[in-house]
Amino acid sequence: MQADLFAIEVEEVRKRYGQVQALDGLDLTVEEGQLFGLLGPNGAGKTTIINILTGLQASDQGTCKVLGHSVPSELDQVKPLMGVCPQSGAIVSTLTGLENVELFGALYGMDRKVVHERAAELLGRMGLSDDSRRKAGDYSEGMKRRLSMVMALVHDPQLAFLDEPTVGMDPQSRRSVWDFLLELRGENKTVVLTTHYMEEAEQLCDRVGIIDHGKLIEIGDPKDLIARYSKRDLEEVFIHLTGRKIREE
Amino acid sequence: MRPQRLRALASSHIKGLLREPATLFLLILFPIVLTLFFGFSFGAIGGSEVTYSVAVVNHDDGANASWSHAFIENLSANQILRVEIYPDNQSASSDLSQGKVQALMVIPQGFSESCASFLQSPDDPAAWTNSTVALYLDKGSMFAISALPSMMSQTLAHTLVPGVQSGSLPVQVGSQLIGTNQVSAFDVIAPGLFAFASIFLIMTVSGAFTSNREKGLLKRFATTPVSPSEFMMSYVAAYLVFAVLQTALVFAMAYLMGYRPEGGAAGMLFGVILLMVFSVCNVGFGLITATLAKSPGAATGLAFLFILPQMFLGTFVGSMLSDNVKAVSQFVPSYYVTNALTSVYARGASLASPTVLYDTAVVCAISLAVLGIGIVLFRRYGNR
Repeated sequence: MQADLFAIEVEEVRKRYGQVQALDGLDLTVEEGQLFGLLGPNGAGKTTIINILTGLQASDQGTCKVLGHSVPSELDQVKPLMGVCPQSGAIVSTLTGLENVELFGALYGMDRKVVHERAAELLGRMGLSDDSRRKAGDYSEGMKRRLSMVMALVHDPQLAFLDEPTVGMDPQSRRSVWDFLLELRGENKTVVLTTHYMEEAEQLCDRVGIIDHGKLIEIGDPKDLIARYSKRDLEEVFIHLTGRKIREE
Repeated sequence: MRPQRLRALASSHIKGLLREPATLFLLILFPIVLTLFFGFSFGAIGGSEVTYSVAVVNHDDGANASWSHAFIENLSANQILRVEIYPDNQSASSDLSQGKVQALMVIPQGFSESCASFLQSPDDPAAWTNSTVALYLDKGSMFAISALPSMMSQTLAHTLVPGVQSGSLPVQVGSQLIGTNQVSAFDVIAPGLFAFASIFLIMTVSGAFTSNREKGLLKRFATTPVSPSEFMMSYVAAYLVFAVLQTALVFAMAYLMGYRPEGGAAGMLFGVILLMVFSVCNVGFGLITATLAKSPGAATGLAFLFILPQMFLGTFVGSMLSDNVKAVSQFVPSYYVTNALTSVYARGASLASPTVLYDTAVVCAISLAVLGIGIVLFRRYGNR
């Protein structure tokens, strides 16, 4: 991997919602093949920057590049290369788990047989094989999250955005997701992960970026950050940098 | 537009609709129940007074043709009737088959001669010269069927003997329906049932879009290579399938209830296509509703803004309304669907007749316009 190849380049991006400055000149780079943790308190701007990078929103100012393509002008070239697992889960509750995955495979132009094989493999890795023919609406929250991840990854994207993928999961499910993410890193995929679980970011991520009030306030290897700030763990670093005040969304 | 994506999305919508009991009821079971209910309830003629247009062709050229003129004058004096004189049977028949008039009365040659023979020997039927006034009625108007024949007979009796409304006369009113002679109120209602069933697509579409928006699915689809037009068209395609299914079911149920429409196989095919076009219109209304509604619950309520006017003004319900309200009904698309289907199924109008063509053109134009507006509004304001 060459160090100067970036999966994501964000320069001076600003976004305002009425009186709220969601992003205030955000600069950020994510190298290809990295598992990158995007951290920040509620309302820091994490989901806003993911929405901008995935083409769901336009920035007011600044430039963004995803896998070398400008966003949103070259979004059509980027979309087939990325997978998005949104915060809300966003599954089709009337379809079975398998049908959900097959639907998303078809949307990415995959051959039906290939999708079927890939879906079976991913559902198995996520522990959903036995329930793959059940209506997804009947799944537990943790199962829905895991299914949502499979839907985002069925087409084997170069870049995956996973917005709080382990929320509401029991420890076993969370571990299976972690294992899966580590396997992805081994396959040289770029993963951008947002999470409120600092332990998760510390264990999984090659680098983390901490944003607050729409700005990047720190970036680096979790272990380096812990050492730099002389803290016990990443959560202490996070609290040190963002304060103890409770934020509302 | 990639067919694979379109097919995958449309098929997922169809599966979703088929697996949702409430939706399934609205789209499939409701039309069946409705048809059964109306079929059983309106197997007999019923109705109330409204204003009718009656075409009159006068062939009376006897020595004293004033009797036919007096008869027409008395008919015109009736506030319920609008008498329109036609020069020939052909043009009058054409308007009758297109629903422009509800009845056609042909006064025969020798009508006045018959009347005169009656006055000369009122008590000697053997001396009368008999004749028959032919009356053709619009099978699509239950009121015309039930009220007009006796009204004509009474007016005729009153013309010959003022103050008398019935009795033995040399002139008979022979009424005929266009098509078959056995008609029930259900025959009149049936064409409107097709539009009635389709209207409820509005609620289903708005519910689906608001629900998917609430779940974040619409945003998720937006991150995939699916284009907005592919996404919208997949919904249209899915609901077209349901439109065909609905039409087939209503046809089947109505047939079981004894409904035998005019128009044959071509007429049925026409009905399916017209209702497919109309379903496009209802998808558009559904999108507009989804744009306005904040939640699936609100969408269900708001959908009635579009459902009720179409239901009351444009389906079989509209045939029972006053003339003023009927004028307003021309602003709802379902009116044109019902009118076109009534023309073909009840009046036996040709598919190429001006009224049917006009109604079809209006339905097509409105459907495309409403769908276009729905897509634009939803993309701009609805997916937030």
